Amino acid sequence: MRRAAPEINAGSMADIAFLLLIFFLVTTTMDVDSGITRRLPPPVDSPDNVKVKERNVLNVLVNKNNMLLVNGVPGDIRTLKDVAKEFMTPHYPDDPNYPEVEEQTIKFIGSFHSSKGVISLKNDRGTSYDTYIQVQNELARAFNEIKEELSVNKFGTKLSSLSKEKLEAINEAVPVRISEAEPENIGGN
Amino acid sequence: MSKFKSSKTKGTPAISTSSLPDIIFMLLFFFMVTTQMRETSLRVKVKLPIATEIQKLEKKSLVSYIYIGPPTNTTLYGTESRIQLNDQYARVSDVPEFVTAEREARNEADRNLITTSLKVHKETKMGVVTDVKQELRKASAFRINYSTLKGIAK
Repeated sequence: MRRAAPEINAGSMADIAFLLLIFFLVTTTMDVDSGITRRLPPPVDSPDNVKVKERNVLNVLVNKNNMLLVNGVPGDIRTLKDVAKEFMTPHYPDDPNYPEVEEQTIKFIGSFHSSKGVISLKNDRGTSYDTYIQVQNELARAFNEIKEELSVNKFGTKLSSLSKEKLEAINEAVPVRISEAEPENIGGN
Repeated sequence: MSKFKSSKTKGTPAISTSSLPDIIFMLLFFFMVTTQMRETSLRVKVKLPIATEIQKLEKKSLVSYIYIGPPTNTTLYGTESRIQLNDQYARVSDVPEFVTAEREARNEADRNLITTSLKVHKETKMGVVTDVKQELRKASAFRINYSTLKGIAK
């Protein structure tokens, strides 16, 4: 009589699977890449000074000791957001202490006075990257808060729950104007 | 008497472990699908800064990475921040070539959608970052992302 082939013991299957599982657990990187997205301006051959009215510009300078100068006054990273937000919030009727406003007709919003303000950011070669990111972050936060408020005002909902078209309208009404100065090499450090 | 006793000492039956491999396999497949192995080995130390206003990078296949930071092997390469492209140290002048290579590796239609993710050590000086940004501008790689971690900075 022929003997039936013995069944393979499947008891160790779990161990093998465990081994593989642990391997993948260790090698996996679940982190989603995230960060502050910016668009670089196209290169210019000769950086000519585009005349922008002084009242429309908020100058933010960061020196090599990571100290801030906001419109000629020593600033602080903790108050930068509020300063930027106040500066960039459209003031209508026209107020000479704030940037000019420009009337625009935007879909979904209608006639809207958006600010012509620009934030000019300039950093030293010796500025630490961390400080630079903090400044960028604070400025982005200022813009996001303005957008959030506008969204609540106009549509009655938070920015995150807006449809794509309405989000575009908001982005058009509050353009993120952060201009980074052409780097200059002074002192060559 | 013994009849009753035997039924009492039976105890709870052992839990069947025959479905354990299936459960483990399920987990295994989950991790196999979600895993992404690091393509490059880092030669620079990158401790990312922390920010709150961050966006997620959508398509990972359309992202190319530039690492800047102090070398991991400080005894050999010193502590000055270096740029790492692909698997090796590079100079600022190598950036345009890198951008071109990254473009060549993508579909024709996607070439303008490449985002350059800058993974920069937080204590790096801005000088080298500015240089890299200037090179990226010249190479028309305008979309950049300063890679950060989510959180509130102290």
